[in-house]
Amino acid sequence: MLQILGQNILNALQLGSVYALIALGYTMVYGILTLINFAHGDIFMVGAYLSLAAAAFLLGLHLGLPAVVVFVGAMCFSMVLTALLGVTIERLAYRPLRQAPRVSAVITALGVGLFLENFTLGLLGPEPRHFPTLISVGAWEIAGLTITPLQILIILGAAVLMVLLDLLVGHTLLGMAMRAISYNRQIVPLMGVPVDRVISLTFAIGSAIAAAGGLMYGLAYPVLDPYMGVRIGWWAFIAAVVGGIGNIRGAMLGGFILGAVEIFTPMILPSSTYRDFVAFSLLLLLLVFKPTGLLGRPIFERV
Amino acid sequence: MSNIPLLAVTDLWIAYERINAVRGVSFAVGEGEIVTLIGANGAGKTTILRAISGLLPAARGSITFAGEDLLRLPAHLRTQGGIAHVPEGRGIFGNLTVLENLRLAAYARTDAGIAHDLEEVLELFPRLAERRQQWGNTLSGGEQQMLAVGRALMSRGRLLLLDEPSMGLAPMLVREIFRVIQRLNRQGATILLVEQNAHLALEVAHRAYILETGEISLFGPSCELKHHPRVREAYLGG
Repeated sequence: MLQILGQNILNALQLGSVYALIALGYTMVYGILTLINFAHGDIFMVGAYLSLAAAAFLLGLHLGLPAVVVFVGAMCFSMVLTALLGVTIERLAYRPLRQAPRVSAVITALGVGLFLENFTLGLLGPEPRHFPTLISVGAWEIAGLTITPLQILIILGAAVLMVLLDLLVGHTLLGMAMRAISYNRQIVPLMGVPVDRVISLTFAIGSAIAAAGGLMYGLAYPVLDPYMGVRIGWWAFIAAVVGGIGNIRGAMLGGFILGAVEIFTPMILPSSTYRDFVAFSLLLLLLVFKPTGLLGRPIFERV
Repeated sequence: MSNIPLLAVTDLWIAYERINAVRGVSFAVGEGEIVTLIGANGAGKTTILRAISGLLPAARGSITFAGEDLLRLPAHLRTQGGIAHVPEGRGIFGNLTVLENLRLAAYARTDAGIAHDLEEVLELFPRLAERRQQWGNTLSGGEQQMLAVGRALMSRGRLLLLDEPSMGLAPMLVREIFRVIQRLNRQGATILLVEQNAHLALEVAHRAYILETGEISLFGPSCELKHHPRVREAYLGG
């Protein structure tokens, strides 16, 4: 029993890492623009496909490249391109609406998401793609738990990215500018800060982190389809709200909570089909009783 | 005062929420001067400062700074060019520490003098030095005003635009802030001061402009305006 519990905690950590990485993008954009970027789940999907494309290309060269090289190559490729995608979406779709009512921007975000889904569908067709296996090293048995190198890689990789982001926001000049924009955007130009560039960088960073999440998701659950971003995007969004939207550490916490919800639901309820019910119930309860999320603070800042 | 003023505002019109808030205002600030704009609430003082720093667009007219057309530049480049606006309400970032607020104001600077300027600001305002690690939103009104002036210094402003620095402060703090303003001016800073407290403003400024419903109604050296019957009646309480 204890072993099953331990195993599931490990699985929840792995899945939660991916949710947390995506939730960070929601929370950063909300923190800086008070905009829920509903296209973010689909940006994650594009990131996963770009990782797949890069990995397949590198493996297709038949150079016998070590898995590490393929992994790092795919990660860099998809992070850079997905960052560009995020910046482009902000420039073309959100910036012209910055003075418009918030509802217009939210509807636009939903539209951008639909565009990305259908563009991918049109380009690649509806049949799922399989992510190549990069890490085939067998599992380790430790104290009755089955631990795979992939699990370790995902959990540690996500942790490293989260720590780096936390340092960036908390301790760099760019991070100060981001926090200042989230507090009072009108005043920020008076500090000599080019606000539009900082907003672009925020989208770039959030999208790149989602792409890293896409690669990790692809490795762990190796079937990609153009609509994969919808459900996962919603879950990551719930994670961001649960932790307190706009709060970076909250997004990480929320990610792990949602990972646990997904893994533990079938243990407690009769089937895993209840997982969405549980997740959205959590969202509703939170919105009713603690709308600022577990870690509170509606503006993103160091806690 | 040199021949070309540091700041020249000519026939400035500003529409704010579809109302012509500022209508054909012209004035100049010479290098090394303290100039004050005095007027009642809603006379357009804050609107003019916001147009100079780039927070609001001008509908018509021109603003030049050191001979350069300002209206073409976005706000952050005006700051980088030497205009330091201490806005109404001070605009302290509550989720940044005192040190971070100061450091952020030097965002675009790449020179080696940032650390030195930081030391100077903390020397000028010992209370900020004591509270350097505190969040901006834990400061008192007076401390926030000091921090706002400190940020203007960190951006190496040649022209300081001060919007109601006395607002909401106890009389003792007001005097302290104004002492600092005069000290900065002696050290070479040019200052455009907007105030409702006309007594105080006329005390420190070299020249003054009286603004009434978006237009300049009177101007001249402070020492003359102090004794002008209309100014005494409307702004100095008779």
